[in-house]
Amino acid sequence: MSAPATTVWFAAHELRLAWRDWLSMMTGGKRSRMAVAFFALIGFVLFMHGMAVLGLRNVADPGSAPSKAALILISGSALLSFALMISQAMESVTRAFYTRSDLDLILSSPASARRVFSLRIVTMAAGAILMALLLAGPFINVMALWHGARWLSAYGVVLSMGAAAAALAVGFTVGLFRTIGAKRTRLVAQIVAAVIGAGFVIGLQIGAILSYGDLSRFVFLQSDVLAAHLPDTTSALWLPARAMLGDVHALAITFIASMTLLFAAVAIFAPRFGDHAVAAAGVSFEARKRSSRAGFRNLSPDRALRRKEWALLRRDPWLVSQTLMQILYLVPPAILLWRNYGDGAGALLILVPVLVMAAGQLAGGLAWLAISGEDAPELVATAPVPPRFIIRAKIEAVLGACALVFAPFVAALFLASAYEAAITAAGAAIAVVAATMIQLWFRAQAKRSHFRRRHTSSRVATFAEAFSSISWAGTAALAASGSMLALFPASIGLAVLGVSRFMSPKQDR
Amino acid sequence: MQHRDIPALEIRGLAKRFGRPAVDGLDLTVRRGEFYALVGPNGAGKTTTLRMVAGLLKPDAGEIRLAEIDALKDPVAAKAVLAWVSDEPMIYDKLTPLEYLEFVAGLWQVDANVAEARAHELLGWLGLSAHAHERCEGFSKGMRQKVALAGALVHEPKVIILDEPLTGLDAGSARQVKSVLRERVNAGGTVIMTTHILEVAERMADRIGIIAHGRLIAEGTLDELRVRARGTATLEDTFLTLVAEQAAA
Repeated sequence: MSAPATTVWFAAHELRLAWRDWLSMMTGGKRSRMAVAFFALIGFVLFMHGMAVLGLRNVADPGSAPSKAALILISGSALLSFALMISQAMESVTRAFYTRSDLDLILSSPASARRVFSLRIVTMAAGAILMALLLAGPFINVMALWHGARWLSAYGVVLSMGAAAAALAVGFTVGLFRTIGAKRTRLVAQIVAAVIGAGFVIGLQIGAILSYGDLSRFVFLQSDVLAAHLPDTTSALWLPARAMLGDVHALAITFIASMTLLFAAVAIFAPRFGDHAVAAAGVSFEARKRSSRAGFRNLSPDRALRRKEWALLRRDPWLVSQTLMQILYLVPPAILLWRNYGDGAGALLILVPVLVMAAGQLAGGLAWLAISGEDAPELVATAPVPPRFIIRAKIEAVLGACALVFAPFVAALFLASAYEAAITAAGAAIAVVAATMIQLWFRAQAKRSHFRRRHTSSRVATFAEAFSSISWAGTAALAASGSMLALFPASIGLAVLGVSRFMSPKQDR
Repeated sequence: MQHRDIPALEIRGLAKRFGRPAVDGLDLTVRRGEFYALVGPNGAGKTTTLRMVAGLLKPDAGEIRLAEIDALKDPVAAKAVLAWVSDEPMIYDKLTPLEYLEFVAGLWQVDANVAEARAHELLGWLGLSAHAHERCEGFSKGMRQKVALAGALVHEPKVIILDEPLTGLDAGSARQVKSVLRERVNAGGTVIMTTHILEVAERMADRIGIIAHGRLIAEGTLDELRVRARGTATLEDTFLTLVAEQAAA
């Protein structure tokens, strides 16, 4: 056992907490589910490898002397992941500042805060790397299996990207702290994280739509226009892509550069991390005045509940940023809709599944927070209102919020094609109801402030919600094209609901 | 029958087990317009009893009547006359006290004008007027407890149940809360409170019930309890004597 308050000692402490958090997340806090969680993880890894085999079956190996087009495609795909990594890391940094947990203990102890925060920045990088490895690893393995072990060097690039993403995220967030202050940083950092996460892919899609009238980002990445504006294959810009293809020299430079960035971030920002955390803590104690408003209104219990839910949803910075990200993803389809207005319904077909999928995902997030999150459960439970009223009001709040977001899209689609608008409206409604039902069956009462991350909800519920949304999006797409095959994904959607109901905790039935 | 003789709360044979019996065939009657303190050692079953009365726990057996309403058969009607305040004030961080009280008024179907006037009055009594438009997220525990108490009183319940309401409050806040509760009783309301601060029970309660091992082992005014404990001087002495006797029995 290492000496107390040393870096190794803190690392062991962080590792133990991270392990227990992860275990609790995977098993829902029940040790009896360990075996199930283990096999689910194995199943997920196998599933991802299957996806990689399907996704890469037509991808040729660019070889050790890749063309400029191949370098653009690889770099573009890596940048997509990098943007998401920065977004995730910014979320972690913001959480580290604003979630109190053990900060009071650490900051009031004689231990070196610099040491603790150095370690926390490295932990954030490790989190980003692990998540990326879980998702990218199967694709790297498949490429290595088919085209040679040199593809394994892509693991080094993922490692470098995680380190660089954490360093940049710390830099961005601390920069926000210093420029706009602790009070505004919480919301702004989450919005910036959302914009960074979604911005790159949206930018590519918008470029593809405006140039080629196509939603696929790959069309833009493979375009001659883009290639003409980028440097030739000898440029340092392509080092990460070359590193992925097994160029050891490029890998060494990429790795050293990103690690230097991470250690620079640790050296520069860790000593002030504690000060920022203290400043963030002060925000909680600052009075937040609201402008004067109209007096009390006569409210029925269900209306009071709905208003309360909407107020809490509006005032949740994390939710606002997540919803903003989901809405941002709808910008390219909206532009596609605008460009194709009056051109007939064919080009709009792509919009139907995108909108249905987005509706299901948004509903799942809102439903999880509204139904499971309740800061005053005893107040609501002791109110003279039947429990079904309370749940119904929460569901209505979720449905209302979804309708508010998606109604303008459906209305715009209606102007272009009434049939596709009807299919979209029906598909979105079914996806929203299905996602809400899944979150209802898997609800676990807790305070909203404990729901810092979306993934604290049930794993089964999260996957079921995703599969359900995909199924209904597929159903809507096939139905919009007039195919009877729509019945196939619809039956999968129903099966997902049935399995979810079967697997949901008994006390919730 | 006198007004005060009509029970505000009547419990018969109430039982609840969590592996071992937490509440074990409890009988308890609290009259209207009474300030009743329930005291007992840790794990005696005080909170479990009151959570069953508030509808937050289902009893394994027994009957609960609130203002002559069968709370187990008609929980919604029973809840309409009841307010519950727990020791851990649960309020919405992102709402202001006024928004919180408007929400509570909506749940209990109180007329908006009446509720608004009462909300301002309560916030004034509790010294929270200056914070009426601030979100609760920065409030201290004492301020949160007072907001929760205002929420309990804004719908003018016939019976208010408080679980350790003075825990964590400073002397000034504790006095404000006690004063508001006494006002409530003077106005004809019934207050039932658990507390581990025996001086509070001694000074404020009309009657005191001592609970141990899920059973009511003694009940009465402070003088009646002293007589039962063979003339002990304080409630603390009385309490310790009666609990020790029950443990020995």
